[in-house]
Amino acid sequence: MGDPTRREVLKRLRGGGRSVGEIAEGMEVSRPAVSQHLKILKAARLVTVHAVGTRRVYAVDTRGVESLRKWLDGFWDEALTAFKVMAEREATKEKKR
Amino acid sequence: MTEPTMSRSTDANRVRKVVSVQAPQMVAWRVFTEKMGTWWPLAHYKIGGANAVDAVIEPRVGGRWYERGDDGSTCQWGSVLAWEPHSLLVLSWDISADWQYDPTLKTEIEVRFSADGSDRTRVELEHRHLDRYGARRDEMRRIFDTEGDWGRLLEAFARAAEA
Repeated sequence: MGDPTRREVLKRLRGGGRSVGEIAEGMEVSRPAVSQHLKILKAARLVTVHAVGTRRVYAVDTRGVESLRKWLDGFWDEALTAFKVMAEREATKEKKR
Repeated sequence: MTEPTMSRSTDANRVRKVVSVQAPQMVAWRVFTEKMGTWWPLAHYKIGGANAVDAVIEPRVGGRWYERGDDGSTCQWGSVLAWEPHSLLVLSWDISADWQYDPTLKTEIEVRFSADGSDRTRVELEHRHLDRYGARRDEMRRIFDTEGDWGRLLEAFARAAEA
């Protein structure tokens, strides 16, 4: 998800739903590559897809609390892992005193 | 190496984490409360305009929880709801989905420290009342649709989700 292409895809969806072709327009990667990124974003529940006529339109998943909960879940994993490292470093330092 | 465990709870209104730390309870408490600036991912998770250099919890009930910028400015994140040294800390997290301080929001973060032998501590964290964002969902959507700061939150989420 730290991939710059995926961030660019998300950015392009901020203005509303778009098809793969519309998303890929003007990007340096191929359309199949964009499709692949969309698949990953969809699996992460950051993006949803629905049909409009014969087109498949991708949009940002705005299911409020659930998106937020998922974000916080990842956030606390990152923060607590960093906390653990610092607490253990501090404990080692104090032991040596 | 012990990673924080992923919550399997189906309750959408809370996030729960448990981490086991190889440090005495007092040290774990001190690093969490007094030295938050040494481990909080300040580069990504801060709300002020300045570069954040520290995260501070004032050590008393009613104390402020804030970030300090390199220009000396401070931005509040929440406040201390419970302060029981070495065992229990409850903070309010009043940062809205558009990444601004909103004192009416009051989601809660409870952190419990318990000794697991003399030099290991179990730290349980629960971030709850996420439904309090629910009332603002329409507002969030509007902000999002007009290319607001919501996108920043989402990008931060994307980075976190990758980790």
